[in-house]
Amino acid sequence: MIEVKDLYKEFDGTPVLKGISTTFEKGKTSMIIGQSGSGKTIFIKCLLGLHTHDKGSIIFDGRDYADLNDKQHRQLRQEMGMVFQGGALYDSLTVEENVMFPLKMFTNNPFEEMLDRVNTVLKRVNLENVNDKFPAELSGGMQKRVAIARAIVMNPKYLFCDEPNSGLDPNTATVIDNLIQEITKEYQMITIINSHDMNSVMEIGEKIVFLKNGVKAWEGTNKEIFKTENEAIVDFVYSSNLFKKVRAVYLNETK
Amino acid sequence: MNYLEHIGKYFIMLKQVFKRPQKWSVFKDMLFREIEDLGLKSLGIITFISFFVGGVVAIQTALNVDSPFIPKYLIGFATKRSMILEFAPTFMSIILAGKVGSYISSSIGTMRVTEQIDALDVMGINSLNYLVLPKIIAALFFYPLLILLAMFLGIIGGYFAGILTGLFFSEDYIYGIQLDFNSYYIKYAVIKTLVFAFVIATIPAYHGYYVKGGSLEVGRASTQAVVWTSVVIILLNYFLTQMLLG
Repeated sequence: MIEVKDLYKEFDGTPVLKGISTTFEKGKTSMIIGQSGSGKTIFIKCLLGLHTHDKGSIIFDGRDYADLNDKQHRQLRQEMGMVFQGGALYDSLTVEENVMFPLKMFTNNPFEEMLDRVNTVLKRVNLENVNDKFPAELSGGMQKRVAIARAIVMNPKYLFCDEPNSGLDPNTATVIDNLIQEITKEYQMITIINSHDMNSVMEIGEKIVFLKNGVKAWEGTNKEIFKTENEAIVDFVYSSNLFKKVRAVYLNETK
Repeated sequence: MNYLEHIGKYFIMLKQVFKRPQKWSVFKDMLFREIEDLGLKSLGIITFISFFVGGVVAIQTALNVDSPFIPKYLIGFATKRSMILEFAPTFMSIILAGKVGSYISSSIGTMRVTEQIDALDVMGINSLNYLVLPKIIAALFFYPLLILLAMFLGIIGGYFAGILTGLFFSEDYIYGIQLDFNSYYIKYAVIKTLVFAFVIATIPAYHGYYVKGGSLEVGRASTQAVVWTSVVIILLNYFLTQMLLG
């Protein structure tokens, strides 16, 4: 479990995160949502250790991030997988080399064993016969799948995804969402997704944390989001007429 | 940000760069890749430029030595000295600052803006050590060889210029290049090249690594990197010459 307690972060005297507390559980896909500038990217970066928080604590399965030394930080980071918004695949490496990179860096396994693992995870994300291709030769959806494969190749305990669906068509976005949820269950990971995509939120958001102006304004599940009376989240999620109608229909049906 | 802050940040960067590589086998792969990208791929331009620069130096010297009291072998002597002392180490380093500096800055800068460096950091990899140290080692290892080659080709270029233009005889030129040979000048040139190689690998890496924004900023960082690398090379050239020859 990841426990976040009273997390506080400021830049040049301007508070960006103002005392956020929440928990993320194993085997569940949790989503961080909020408007641009609400602090969700900083929140994720604090969890990843790319930013150091000013107050509060982040506890990964009993290990407080602030109490760890450099070696322990590195060990903890090796338990994390990250899917970046643009994929962040290494341009000069092939798909196979990209996915194999963490294995080469952190294990002493023989090449055949590493290749076997690479092929297993590529198959798991439904990619085959692309080992020798470079990232630029792949479609956006395929690049995201390679990024997911690279993120899970080390069997991480914690998977972070930053806008995994941005730039994808709705069908591909659903495929990626389902894939993330499936592997979360399969690998029993703690998955935290930073997203703007309301379809994803409704589809796979087993836990949703809504941030507004650096404060946790609402927390719940994708089922509860239909029924909530919290104005902040209702204004954000149901900002389009389509979603307003969907909510009205859902509330009528469940009366 | 003022200049002092940049200088401080640059040295803090170097502190992170000079750490033990996390995995020697990965470091070795990176090193060979950098030797190819930064060194072998510069062979063509260095060969081409040094040959013609040597030729031009010889022609210019010949055209300016028209007094019958000045021996013609001085053309070879002047070409040799110019190539060894300045044109090969300094002029070629400026060329490399443009070619390699912009490559280093833009490749690292692109990695920064496309979150590839963040991906390394998230994995717990010291991204500065991983990306910059192999470049420094590759440059320190390969650039002295390139500069020695440039000296040789420059002198050969001068010889061919004389033959093709008929401005001087080959015997005079060969006598001139053998005259008063001082091996310390080669050491001086290699020492300068080692310092310049370090500058060529690190200043563009600094500009690329700390770039913020998008492709436009990467382009700007690349330009800045070439300008500052050239400025630092020229300044260091002055101080090194004073220290080593003064």
